[in-house]
Amino acid sequence: MALLEIEALQTHFRTPDGINRAVDGVSFHVNAGETLAIVGESGCGKSVTAMSILRLIPEPPGKIAGAIRFNGRNLLEASDKEMRAIRGNEISMIFQEPMTSLNPVLTVGRQIGETLRLHQGLSAQAAEDRAVEMLNLVGIPEAKRRVREYPHQLSGGMRQRVMIAIALACNPKLLIADEPTTALDVTIQAQILDLMRDLKHRVGAAIVLITHDLGVVAEVAERVVVMYAGKKVEEAPVHALFNSPRHPYTQGLLGSVPKLGSSLTGEATRLAEIPGLVPSLKQKIPGCVFASRCPHATELCTAVAPALEEKALGHVAACHYALREGALAA
Amino acid sequence: MFAYVVRRVLATIPVMAIVALFVFSLLYIAPGDPAAVIAGDQATPDDVERIRASLGLDRPYLVRFGAWVWDIMRGDLGVSIFTNLPVSTMIRQRIEPTLSLMVVTLILAVSIAVPMGVVAAWRQGTWIDRAVMAFAVLGFSVPVFVVGYVLAYFFALEWDLLPVQGYTPFARGFWPWLENLILPAIALGSVYIALIARITRATMLEVLQQDYIRTARAKGLNQGGILFLHALKNAAVPIITVIGIGIALLIGGAVVTESVFAIPGLGRLTVDAILRRDYPVIQGVVLLFSFVYVLVNLAIDLAYTLFDPRIRY
Repeated sequence: MALLEIEALQTHFRTPDGINRAVDGVSFHVNAGETLAIVGESGCGKSVTAMSILRLIPEPPGKIAGAIRFNGRNLLEASDKEMRAIRGNEISMIFQEPMTSLNPVLTVGRQIGETLRLHQGLSAQAAEDRAVEMLNLVGIPEAKRRVREYPHQLSGGMRQRVMIAIALACNPKLLIADEPTTALDVTIQAQILDLMRDLKHRVGAAIVLITHDLGVVAEVAERVVVMYAGKKVEEAPVHALFNSPRHPYTQGLLGSVPKLGSSLTGEATRLAEIPGLVPSLKQKIPGCVFASRCPHATELCTAVAPALEEKALGHVAACHYALREGALAA
Repeated sequence: MFAYVVRRVLATIPVMAIVALFVFSLLYIAPGDPAAVIAGDQATPDDVERIRASLGLDRPYLVRFGAWVWDIMRGDLGVSIFTNLPVSTMIRQRIEPTLSLMVVTLILAVSIAVPMGVVAAWRQGTWIDRAVMAFAVLGFSVPVFVVGYVLAYFFALEWDLLPVQGYTPFARGFWPWLENLILPAIALGSVYIALIARITRATMLEVLQQDYIRTARAKGLNQGGILFLHALKNAAVPIITVIGIGIALLIGGAVVTESVFAIPGLGRLTVDAILRRDYPVIQGVVLLFSFVYVLVNLAIDLAYTLFDPRIRY
């Protein structure tokens, strides 16, 4: 049984001008100890998917439907109290903005210790001792002194380390990381990714990594879910995805990544881009959600929504023209 | 920090000097003559003139001001024209009721208004929020004496739950003391509650949008912990600022409240002194009020550091 099973997840928001279908029928699973990446461009519903898992979406205006099974239990049927016992304990989360995600008026130690006191019933002293251990674990020097400091006394990278320490304090089974490195500079990004990989092996937590950075995906993920306009359009093991992407959107994403040394090969090629914008999520699209931007789109695509089909072992894509093996028939 | 406190305390001196000059000048140009009040209706102009001379009121403006300031610097606030008691003695006799009223009002107002604002922000847009806002508007728009008389009518006269008016010193027991202060504190505090509740709601609404509130929720904290620790501590600085500014409201309101509830405090002393043009008393009381106000605001500035570690002096 998978650790986390998401089935036909729909997260819709009621807005004054219609329903925003931020996530519209997404299914995937995460096995224990596995790292799954969810990629897609801004506004495709990846963050909302992540927030939906912990039910951090304000309801109303949000509404979550479908099933989110964690260890076989549907979280959408859990009470508020049961959800609170899961948050920060069995499933924890790291956010994109380390600069603003920590409370500026509480010490770092207090913020780490808080989850321990809440979920494990530790005393204030024991929680602080454990907070020092956690800071050591995430590689913050002088942990004993840092534990009494406030977030504004730490750099962005340090703060993200603190966020990781908070998230891992209770040894969660699942860690959801929503663009954990986006706001950091490149060298710090690499450090944070190394840290996450290292801690994952030590703690044994599964990770759902939300990102738009394909470099990060290649480095840490085992499987990848590609989302577009609130839908899953492709899912594959990481090597299969990079070597033979089936969905034109995934191909476009990969094509838009600059390759090292590409300008030295003689032909100064432009970076490929995907023309157009993500369609409004407020209108129901009858056909393929990507049809309006797809270079291969036909009448069939605008009329009939393609179903997710297994194109190779463990490799599914939602495209009428993605072949079972090989490239696109265009 | 220590240097900052010393600097701020020293900075009160010029503030007090300006207040002193203002009070003195206003009273100097204001119509009315204490000598005429003392002399009574039957006095001849000569009698009035003689009294003026004995009170030193015939001396020029600058001389009188200089003499007054010189006395203050030696710790002497002067002597009342009417009672012949030293002003400092008169203030000492009247300070307890006023101080009691202010402290009770402050505690009452803060402990009602802050939770009200927090809950209104948490339940934004619901009937609770609208009720709090309606109450806030009402609190602003109904004058202290109206609230006072209405409260006294129902709670004291109709239902006989609390005393109508008067004051019992603290030395005679906590409950008798408090009993007499509840209605005046509510009357005086209604504007204050409205003010604090509004600013608490507004600040909390902003704070609840912040990323760290989402983090707190993701950690599994319950609503109480999120609202009253994570959010309220971040909202504290604007709230205590308003509490400090509101002390000025309390000082002004105390004068009216003490009249409505017949509390023998500094407010009554001030009103009586103004009616009789008892210059030394008026000057002494106003100087005291402004000194208290300056000190309260210093205390508030220092309190910022307790709530927000990013503020350092």
